[in-house]
Amino acid sequence: MSEQEFQKLYLYRRIVQAKLFIDTHSAESIDAGDIADEACYSKYHFIRTFKSIYGKTPHQYLIAVRIERARALLETGMPVTEVCLSVGFDSLGSFTGLFKRRTGLTPSAYQRDKLARTRQIAAAPLAFVPGCFAAMYVRTQNSNIREAS
Amino acid sequence: MITKLNHASIFVLDQDSAYDFYVNKLGFKVNTDAQMGPKGRWLTVNPPEQPDLELTLMAIDEKMMFDKDSAAKMRELVAAGTFGFGTFLCDDMLATYEELKAKGVHFKKEPTHEFYGFSAVLQDDSGNWFSLSERPK
Repeated sequence: MSEQEFQKLYLYRRIVQAKLFIDTHSAESIDAGDIADEACYSKYHFIRTFKSIYGKTPHQYLIAVRIERARALLETGMPVTEVCLSVGFDSLGSFTGLFKRRTGLTPSAYQRDKLARTRQIAAAPLAFVPGCFAAMYVRTQNSNIREAS
Repeated sequence: MITKLNHASIFVLDQDSAYDFYVNKLGFKVNTDAQMGPKGRWLTVNPPEQPDLELTLMAIDEKMMFDKDSAAKMRELVAAGTFGFGTFLCDDMLATYEELKAKGVHFKKEPTHEFYGFSAVLQDDSGNWFSLSERPK
């Protein structure tokens, strides 16, 4: 690495710490100011540098992290309102709107689809596995798993 | 005519630990986690921007692809860091390197400029290694 890159690495370390801070604290009420403090940056410079690295402002990134967490929780079957609060949104309306804009589905529709897929996997796992592997599995395990129909 | 690669297998020593590494450290998405009877677990993950490529985190299972001796040899080779499985791409090498280091990912090679690009080598929790390259800008 060049000298210039070592200097860049030092700056990056602080931006990356801020990104990890968002990852860890996304469920809390934080704003870009808190995060800039964490990174010891002026707010303006921080937001600009953050965006140049991650392609999103810290606020946009925070929303994206919350939506990703929400997807994971919805897949566990947690009720939508509880998911909304758990990932850090105050209002069900804004959660639903942001979620739909990002995934194309409302949280409840997303949950319905995912839970249906989970049930299908449990009922007929071989349908979700490439044919060659499934065939090998059936041959070697002598199992009573129902084959994909 | 072949059109795409949609599955590739990575042989791992422990699927639970591999899940943690690929999902929580590398940030990959779980595609399919299917329990097939008491022993088999079909676990695949997608690189974040490739929903149609599944990396299968394949247990080195004595009953499936390996006999007992081969499985033991395979485990030994994987743990020794023998196998490199491919190249991951990132937008920003230094940011990605810093983040993965902070999460405890082991690098066999720190980022360096090579004639083929800015690249590093990271190792998964089993010992498998991957190049990490920065997307040319």
